[in-house]
Amino acid sequence: MAKRLVAMLTNLGNRVTSAAWRLGFASRFFLMILVHSGTSLRRFHLTIREIYFAGALSLIIILVSGLFVGMVLGLQGYDTLQRYGSAEALGVLVSLSLVRELGPVVSALLFASRAGSAITAEIGLMKATEQLSAMEMMAVNPIARVVAPRFWAGVVSMPLLAALFSAMGIFGGYLVGVKLIGVDEGSFWSQMQASVDFREDIINGVIKSFVFGVIISWIAVFEGYDSEPTAEGVSGATTRTVVTSSLAVLAADFILTAFMFRGA
Amino acid sequence: MISPSSDSLVKISNLSFAYASRPVLTGINMEIPRGKVVAIMGASGCGKTTTLRLIGGQIKPTSGEVRVDGKVVHQMSSDGLYQLRRRMGMLFQFGALFTDMSVFDNVAFQMREHTDLPEDLINDLVLMKLNAVGLRGAHDLMPSELSGGMARRVALARAIALDPMLMMYDEPFAGLDPISMGIVGDLIRKLNDALGASSIIVTHDVQESLKIVDYVYFVSEGKVVAEGTPEEIKASKAAYVHQFVWGEADGPVPFHYPTSQSYGEEIMTQSAKAASRG
Repeated sequence: MAKRLVAMLTNLGNRVTSAAWRLGFASRFFLMILVHSGTSLRRFHLTIREIYFAGALSLIIILVSGLFVGMVLGLQGYDTLQRYGSAEALGVLVSLSLVRELGPVVSALLFASRAGSAITAEIGLMKATEQLSAMEMMAVNPIARVVAPRFWAGVVSMPLLAALFSAMGIFGGYLVGVKLIGVDEGSFWSQMQASVDFREDIINGVIKSFVFGVIISWIAVFEGYDSEPTAEGVSGATTRTVVTSSLAVLAADFILTAFMFRGA
Repeated sequence: MISPSSDSLVKISNLSFAYASRPVLTGINMEIPRGKVVAIMGASGCGKTTTLRLIGGQIKPTSGEVRVDGKVVHQMSSDGLYQLRRRMGMLFQFGALFTDMSVFDNVAFQMREHTDLPEDLINDLVLMKLNAVGLRGAHDLMPSELSGGMARRVALARAIALDPMLMMYDEPFAGLDPISMGIVGDLIRKLNDALGASSIIVTHDVQESLKIVDYVYFVSEGKVVAEGTPEEIKASKAAYVHQFVWGEADGPVPFHYPTSQSYGEEIMTQSAKAASRG
């Protein structure tokens, strides 16, 4: 009995130590990315190329999802608001839900699945096929040449994608609320303009999506770089990227929301 | 040893390396003279590739040292190491071509990264390197469109892009058909002589490499067990070398993976276990 207890505690201790060790390693890796970011900025075409793969190629899923989320918000929002005779406030409900929460969070979750997994798989496979070793032997630092451009591409793309998601969502809400259900168009837009504050709502939403961009890109490049150089290792790393970054985004969203929107 | 140590480009002294507690190399001594092609041979997993990684400074030795061009590799700063690597070329086992770049861009990679040469000059140089390996006509292809032998040759063109002083080949013949094998072997020798470089070939392909190398080191279980010129190796009576060169199934390298029990005992034990499981 005592033996089993000791074994369990040892196992738990080992898991905690290895998790802490991995977090430390990931933090060091993050610093390395920052230190070696010069190339990504000096040779910006490298970053632009990655923005195309991570950002531009994610547009379809982001825009279509944004449209549908906005349309659903239009339906649900109208259903609730008309009970209190405030159907004209539909524009406010749709836009605030999107720019404050759903835009940054849902687009971040989609970005993690679409682009984060691709970044991890690409870097992991480059490692498995010795491309990163080859680069090192050619006196080119893979963190500067491969990792940093992908990281910054994710950081730049995320706020832009979230903004487009929100814009499409508002358009979807407008289509359903105004065109389909018949909410007054004037009140839909004017109430939205009056109630959405640029600093309080829009900027805070942008800050959120920027933070999510850093989190997802960091996890994606780290998991790829740290993956076991085997087929199984790369597939495990890809899964971990999606799971870890989705959970991290939700946790960070709660913390950021708690600081940003306290009903002041 | 084949020549005075002062003329060696690479000098490995008492080199040991271990992964955690598992020793891979123990007290290795080797010399790679300038202008020569030297082979490091041995069975899979005997520490050949680890030796290349130690020479390239990708890992650090547990003890001993590797000197390249007079400098101790593991004591160099990261900038110094990168400077040294610019003068080295390495051919990886399966080429390790960048799969998102064309053949042309793969060969041009180092020139674009390390030099400020104008693009038209890079164009001429890349075609020259590709011509040297017979693949000038393939410059527009992507790595996925190349056969194994072609990929190896493109990787070779990429490795010689900056005219290195030291070329390292990790299993250059693995997985190639006899024609491609002959072509790659021939290229290794010719490029070495044309560039005035020195080359290290890590391989277990005895017949192909004995045709082109000047000297051979045999490594077994992390130790140098034999060395000599190709003629000496072919004529060697040492049991391990003889088994390896003539590809005999059993000898000092046993056919059977070691076990603690004899065959008879093991069968009895396994049968008893199966019977007790019902």
